[in-house]
Amino acid sequence: MPGGVMMDNAYLQVSGLSRHFDISDPFLARLLTGGARRQLTAVDNVSFSIARGQTYALVGESGSGKSTIARMIVGLERPDSGTIRFDGRTAFDERQGQVQDNSLRQKLQMVFQSPYSSLNPRWRVGDILMEPIRAFDLIADPEARRRRVHELLDQVGLSTQDAQRYPHEFSGGQRQRISIARALASNPQFIVCDEPTSALDVSVQAQVLNLLKQLQRDLQLTYLFISHDMAVVRVMAHRIGVLKNGRLVEENAAGPLIESPQDPYTRMLMESTPRFAGGAASG
Amino acid sequence: MTAPLLEVSDLSVEFPQRRQRLQALDRISFTLEAGEVLGFVGESGAGKSLTGAAIMGLLEPPGRITGGRITLQGQRIDGQAESVRGRRIGMIFQDPLTSLNPLRTVGDQLVETIQLHLGMDAGAAAQRAGELLDEVGIDRARIGAYPHEFSGGMRQRIVIALALAPEPELIIADEPTTALDVSIQAQVLALLRRLCKERGAAVILITHDMGVIAETTDRVAVLYAGRLVETGRTAEVIAAPRHPYTKGLMAATPNLDLVSVDTVLPQIPGSMPSLAALPPGCRFHPRCGDVMPVCRRTAAPFIDGVACHLYGAQTQEAG
Repeated sequence: MPGGVMMDNAYLQVSGLSRHFDISDPFLARLLTGGARRQLTAVDNVSFSIARGQTYALVGESGSGKSTIARMIVGLERPDSGTIRFDGRTAFDERQGQVQDNSLRQKLQMVFQSPYSSLNPRWRVGDILMEPIRAFDLIADPEARRRRVHELLDQVGLSTQDAQRYPHEFSGGQRQRISIARALASNPQFIVCDEPTSALDVSVQAQVLNLLKQLQRDLQLTYLFISHDMAVVRVMAHRIGVLKNGRLVEENAAGPLIESPQDPYTRMLMESTPRFAGGAASG
Repeated sequence: MTAPLLEVSDLSVEFPQRRQRLQALDRISFTLEAGEVLGFVGESGAGKSLTGAAIMGLLEPPGRITGGRITLQGQRIDGQAESVRGRRIGMIFQDPLTSLNPLRTVGDQLVETIQLHLGMDAGAAAQRAGELLDEVGIDRARIGAYPHEFSGGMRQRIVIALALAPEPELIIADEPTTALDVSIQAQVLALLRRLCKERGAAVILITHDMGVIAETTDRVAVLYAGRLVETGRTAEVIAAPRHPYTKGLMAATPNLDLVSVDTVLPQIPGSMPSLAALPPGCRFHPRCGDVMPVCRRTAAPFIDGVACHLYGAQTQEAG
C-alpha cells in the first residue's frame, strides 16, 4: 500500500482515511426517474505520516481531495473510515468517532487560503489574536495577554501598533501574517496550511513561505502543507504525497520524488509546471 | 517601412478622485508585430490588466485615457475602440464562465459571433462554428451543449474559439489560465499560441506568472506601479534581467529546478504601493536593494529596454 510506512518519530499518523459524499438526486426525483443513490469518493483509503518538526505536502489538482483531507485532520469534516493519531493519541477512529479533547484541539491550527474571508472584519487584530488565548484559557492576567499578543505580532513581522487596527487596513500578505499569528496564539505543535499563498503575489508569497519556514525552525512546528503548485511544494516540503481523485498515487521524500517521479501522473504534473532557467538565481 | 500591427505610445490612464487624480498608467509605450506573442507581467496593481482594458476601450469609469495614442495598422483606435473590439481585437478573460452566456448553447454563441462579424449566412456560419470547435479540440458533436456541460479547460477552449471566430488581428488574453489546473493550463496556452501563429494574429498575454511568460511569449514587458520598467525578447530578459524589479520577481518565483527545502527564497521587501501613495522618483525605489540617491528624486527614463538609473549615462541628470 503506498504511503503505508509508519515512522517511529511520526507526529501525525493517518491510516486508511476515506470520505464519501452523497451526490444523489433529491429523493423525489429519484422516485420519479427510478435513479439510484450515487456516491462520490472524495478520499479513498489514504495513509501517510508526518515526522515531528517536518513538513508534509499534499499536492494535487482541483477535486483531488487534498482540502477534504486537511479538513478531516483538523476535525472540520468527519471521516467515514480510518484513523487519525496525533503524537500517539487518537483524534479519530471508527469506534469512538471524533475525540473531543481541548488539549488536543489546542495543538492543531489551520491557516486558510483566503486571508480576505478568514479574518473577522469587525474585530481588531488584537482581539483576533486574543481569541484563541481566551478560548483555551491560556493566560489569565490581562497584562500578560497583551504582552503575548505583541510577541505574536513581532514573530510574524508586524508591529505592536497593528493590534489596534482592523483587517481591511492590511494588504493580502499582511493579512496572511495575521492568520499565521492567530494560528500560533494557542502554542500549537501542528499547523495545516491550506494553499496559504495561492492568493498572494509572487514577491509576497516568498515572504510568507520564508516566514513559515523560519517559524517551523524556531518553534519546532510540524506542518501539513496543501498546494497545487509543485514548485512551491519543492520549497516547503520534506516529504510529498501526490493525490489524484482521492487516492495517493505516489509519496516519497521530496528530493527523490521530484528528481525521479515514478507515477505517470506525478511526471505529468512536473512537466506541466511552467519553468524558466534564468539568470535570476544570481540576481 | 510598414507600420507595426499595434503601436501604443505614451499611454496614460487616470482615475479622478474627489481630492486627487490617481495616475494608474504612466506613459506606456510598446509595439507589436503580426504573429507575435507579447507578455505583460507584473503583480496586482502593476497596471497590466489596465493596459489591456485601455486598448480595448473597456476602462471602468471614471478611469480615462489622459494621454498618448493607440494605433492598429496605422489607424488610431483610442476613443473609438468599439469599432474594432470583438472584430479586429479579440478578448479572452480569466473566468470562462462569466465570458459565456449560460442560457445559450455554445453553437448558438459561435454562430451569432460569426454572423455578426463576418456576415455569413446561417448554414455557412454553422459549418464554420463546427470547424472552430474542431480546431480547439472539442468534438463538434457537442455544438448543441451548454457552457455548464463542459469542464473549465474546455470552456476556456470555447472562449478561444469565440475570440478567433471573427478572424481578429490581435487577441488580448488577460490571465486566461489562472483559474485552471496546471496540466490544463499548459494545453490551453499551447493551443492559443499555435492557433494565433497559424493565423498570423498577434497576442498580448497578461499574466502574473514568470513561468508562463517564459514558456509562451516571444517578447515580454514588465510593469511596476503603472510604469513599464523593462522590455525585451523573452529569452534575453529571462537569461539576463536588468531592472532590479525583474530580477526580484524572477528570484522570488520558486523554480522547480533550483530550489529545495533548504532554500531561503530571495524576497522583495514590502509590497506594491497603492495608487494613492506612489513614492516620488522611481516607483520601485523603496523596495530596491540597489537604490541610489538619484532614484528617490527622479524616475529613470526608459532607454534601450529598461527604465533604471543603474543603466546608461542618464544617472547624472538633474533631479
